[in-house]
Amino acid sequence: MSRKLNLTLKVWRQAGPTAKGRFEIYKAKEIPDDASFLEMLDIVNEGLIAEGHEPIEFPHDCREGICGTCGVMINGRAHGQEKGTATCQLHMRKFNDGDTIEIEPWRAAAFPVIRDLVVDRSPLDKIVEVGGYISAPTGTAPDANEMPIPKEVADSAMDAAACIGCAACVAACPNSAAQLFTSAKLWHLNSLPQGQAERFRRTEAMVETMEEFFGSCTNHGECSEACPKEISQDFIAYMNRDYIKSKVVNRRLAGQR
Amino acid sequence: MAAPTADRHALGTKSANNPLRIKGRDLPFPLNIYQTAVGKKWVMAVTGLMLVGFVIAHMLGNMKLYLGVVEHNGEMIYDADLYAEFLRELLVPLAPHGVILWLMRLGLIAAFGLHIHSAYSLTRMNASSNRVYESKRDWLAANFASRTMRYTGIIVLAYLIFHLADLTWGWIPNTNWEHGAVQSNVVNSLSNPAIAFIYIVANVMVAVHLYHGVYSMFQSLGINNPQYNGLRRGIATGLAVVILLGNISFPIAVLFNVIEFDPALLGSAG
Amino acid sequence: MVLESKVPNGSIADKWDNHKFDIKLVNPANKRKFKILVVGSGLAGASAAATLGELGYNVEVFTFHDTPRRAHSIAAQGGINAAKNYRNDGDSIYRLFYDTVKGGDYRSREANVYRLAQVSVDIIDQMAAQGVPFAREYGGLLDNRSFGGAQVSRTFYARGQTGQQLLLGAYQQMMRQVHLGKVKVHTRTEMLDVVVKDGRAAGIVCRDLVTGDITSHSGHAVVLATGGYGNVFYLSTNAMASNVTAAWRAHRKGAFFANPCYTQIHPTCIPASDEFQSKLTLMSESLRNDGRIWVPKGHDDGRKASDIPEGERYYYLEQKYPSFGNLVPRDVASRNAKTVVDQGLGVGPLKNGVFLDFSDAIGRDGKDKIEERYGNLFQMYERITGEDPYSVPMRIYPATHYTMGGVWVDYNLMTTIPGCFATGEANFSDHGANRLGASALMQGLADGYFVLPYTIGDYLAPMLGDDPVSVDDPAFIQTEADAQGQIQRFLSTGGTRSPEHFHRELGKLVWDYIGMEREKNGLEKAISEISALREEFWADVRVLGNNESLNSSLEKAGRVADFFELGELMARDALDRRESCGGHFRTEHQTPEGEAQRDDENFSHVSAWEWKGPNTPQVKNVEELAFEEVELTQRSYK
Repeated sequence: MSRKLNLTLKVWRQAGPTAKGRFEIYKAKEIPDDASFLEMLDIVNEGLIAEGHEPIEFPHDCREGICGTCGVMINGRAHGQEKGTATCQLHMRKFNDGDTIEIEPWRAAAFPVIRDLVVDRSPLDKIVEVGGYISAPTGTAPDANEMPIPKEVADSAMDAAACIGCAACVAACPNSAAQLFTSAKLWHLNSLPQGQAERFRRTEAMVETMEEFFGSCTNHGECSEACPKEISQDFIAYMNRDYIKSKVVNRRLAGQR
Repeated sequence: MAAPTADRHALGTKSANNPLRIKGRDLPFPLNIYQTAVGKKWVMAVTGLMLVGFVIAHMLGNMKLYLGVVEHNGEMIYDADLYAEFLRELLVPLAPHGVILWLMRLGLIAAFGLHIHSAYSLTRMNASSNRVYESKRDWLAANFASRTMRYTGIIVLAYLIFHLADLTWGWIPNTNWEHGAVQSNVVNSLSNPAIAFIYIVANVMVAVHLYHGVYSMFQSLGINNPQYNGLRRGIATGLAVVILLGNISFPIAVLFNVIEFDPALLGSAG
Repeated sequence: MVLESKVPNGSIADKWDNHKFDIKLVNPANKRKFKILVVGSGLAGASAAATLGELGYNVEVFTFHDTPRRAHSIAAQGGINAAKNYRNDGDSIYRLFYDTVKGGDYRSREANVYRLAQVSVDIIDQMAAQGVPFAREYGGLLDNRSFGGAQVSRTFYARGQTGQQLLLGAYQQMMRQVHLGKVKVHTRTEMLDVVVKDGRAAGIVCRDLVTGDITSHSGHAVVLATGGYGNVFYLSTNAMASNVTAAWRAHRKGAFFANPCYTQIHPTCIPASDEFQSKLTLMSESLRNDGRIWVPKGHDDGRKASDIPEGERYYYLEQKYPSFGNLVPRDVASRNAKTVVDQGLGVGPLKNGVFLDFSDAIGRDGKDKIEERYGNLFQMYERITGEDPYSVPMRIYPATHYTMGGVWVDYNLMTTIPGCFATGEANFSDHGANRLGASALMQGLADGYFVLPYTIGDYLAPMLGDDPVSVDDPAFIQTEADAQGQIQRFLSTGGTRSPEHFHRELGKLVWDYIGMEREKNGLEKAISEISALREEFWADVRVLGNNESLNSSLEKAGRVADFFELGELMARDALDRRESCGGHFRTEHQTPEGEAQRDDENFSHVSAWEWKGPNTPQVKNVEELAFEEVELTQRSYK
């Protein structure tokens, strides 16, 4: 039989982007420990609605750890205490009866709070927009097997491409840097043969756009620890290398390698 | 009818349309590298590497303090003093006396300047990008060294100035400072326990700074190969420890009279 | 109304080529004079927006997500089919076509399916060129696996995240067009209605989810790429926000809704653990390759699985279907699980699952081998249930996963509202009554990349020189007022129960009566009970907060309102279709062995329902299905 938990929640409530926020304290009673963290919030919300209080707005959608919508600070850790796990995959059996849980939205200057725990992460789209793609208009593609890609290279690109864009890396970073997000996209594309033609143009554009919104990397490593896909900081080093190359290499003379 | 969404976004309710800062026009190479944070981190790493190199060389040079007096051109002279003179005589007669030393000093001053300026501007950038959490953060990877770089850096800078004032410029009163007399200046200064204490504490700060700085340098320069990445932390820790032990050995050795200055040993050989 | 499917002439293999030559074109310089509104940013929407932008059209994309990359296509795990025949195992366009028609239980439009199979090969080329990191072999060439009972290996995959990687590919391609100024993306903007003017789609009315502003957008054509309606079941593998509103609103404005009763129930999901369960999680079907499915023979067997001796276990799939065993198709596996659970043999605290047991496989191949094959799935299961599937059998139960029904479209993917198109899961066209594994990604991308961008030109070409209808036109003003009126109604009802509560109640009705097995009395009951609950909803819903800020209860209320109407239509459609086919199983119509019994004489058609006004039953229109290539047979998996 599953346990029932009684918890105290300290939840950040904020009516709108310009409103002043504060922590509110709620009692979460009789929470089944099979519930996910977000289902716990659902239960609390149903209770709030029943009492005539506005429910807590929190970001969520697929609830299977892939869409990247969810994400809150739980007791000072992005996505909570379980490693490699998005908030939606965190379950209440990891908590104890009587626990107090502090829940706060992602914080960064570029991520204004929209309401309660929901923030605006649109700058990440901007980073992709300026170069996070391989220009291959529909219809131009050669046969997929015409360009063999070593398995190890494809695997490494996939490791980077696994990013779900939840922004936990930015949230966890003491500098609110988006290096892990940006470098993961860069390595996904820069490591593949298809991505070589635009490699340095892409790196330059994405890094410089990133810096318009986010801080700089001081190599703490909090980002990888918080990442629900455990994306490695190695990609940040590769990005740094490619960025300097983008400034130094004469692209008209040099091969893209 | 309300304004279409897109127009309102253009008015600035969406954060993607509100950059915190906008990069200016590209400067000519190589100045453009210094225009971005990734470039500044690269400069910080390169200058950091130069400074680490200096710290190592400086420590090795100081080891001469342990060698006492040696014979030179028929004179008994402290080896450390001889080494100081050697630095001034570098590449003589190709270069005039002291010029190479000054060129190296200028290089170091430039490295210090860039290292400090990049740190300063990145710190400002980070402060403007960050919003502090109201709840207590639970750090997972960030360590004491990584989170205190700016403070250890400032302490190291203060120590550097103090060190120059003490042993290069002779501004500290009651130390009988004399130009070129390395051994006597060092011993006179460090035999004061208060000054020795400052040196020890400051070198702990240097080591803490290097513990994260050297590791960080690999990342910033893009030196990363999963096969050897384990070594990076080891190299950083090893360097920090070696430099710490080497540098604090001097004040301790002076306090325990292992390093001494005895004018009686000087003079003509034989 | 006569449904004009516009299937071109010629042999099946030539139809698409003939059609591409016959349809009208818009010359490259004129494309910039047209504006196309794309609703939805999943595979179908993003690929269409990117391609239309590349062609030169002005495109505006609308998504209720905070970024286009969140669309639920991202959650597809298994893979994407293509008739590449890279394995040299006899695959061909014709075989993929044949398998899809047969798998759909002969309820799809042959010409559409053949076109889908034809363009499937281009999709893989296109996505590889985009940098999608498909799985590779050591030689560097693409890897394939077999999937969903297919007899060839034609499925391309990127770990267990194929949907994510394909969606990111299409999203990135679209973002490139955003950068080039050809596509504009409106995020956190939910479409509330289609605007029809002079019988044509003139634009859409949306709500900004952050500010509550109701805004109008006008264009020459509207593309609905808004996914399926599986969330009508409340518990499904769909994302929380997936909804039917865009498609339903188009339906209310004149788009026929086809085959709503065709829903797919996926057999291997993690069962609900309590009444607060908010969604169900899919476990890849590949688990059935090594797991054995069973339940205890005795009722209320409280023993641990390992304590139940072999003789007291009921391996119902292996016993009933000796040749396919645990690998029977999705609908058969799902229905049998329901049968044993309904008999009271279910396992787990709520007796709502069956065992999927790996102990034999672990004994045979070793734990390492199993971990290598399914490690990530086992980890996911452990995280959700807190049980270790290496030592305790998994518990699984079917859950709603995909909806084959949708907005009726012709061969050009245009709905019965001229100028309004539907692509991807939102339309009804390609999967008939049952979809094969790894075909959803294929269809979404086929529609968006290779079909719609051509066929939309046929509609647009004659409109050259026409400006889009002004957003100040009375048609827009009226639609805005209607949308605003509904929002105010929700906010002022002041009832006692949350939209979430009503959704859950609705889902229970839909699952019980229009779930895996449907039966006349139940369906009639469903119609009356859903309608009664709908009345209660409008009278007693409680939506707090205001319109002027983010308000997910308010969003939810609008979506649930549309699910109510859809649920009723599903029941009506299921009642009307007096046969069993694919995902639609009427207990009255089964073979002596308990398999789906089709009635090709009377029901070899598409049921396309026409809206006749609120509180009036829709009217059925029929598109007869002609099978010229494939011979109709009874499926058997004995």
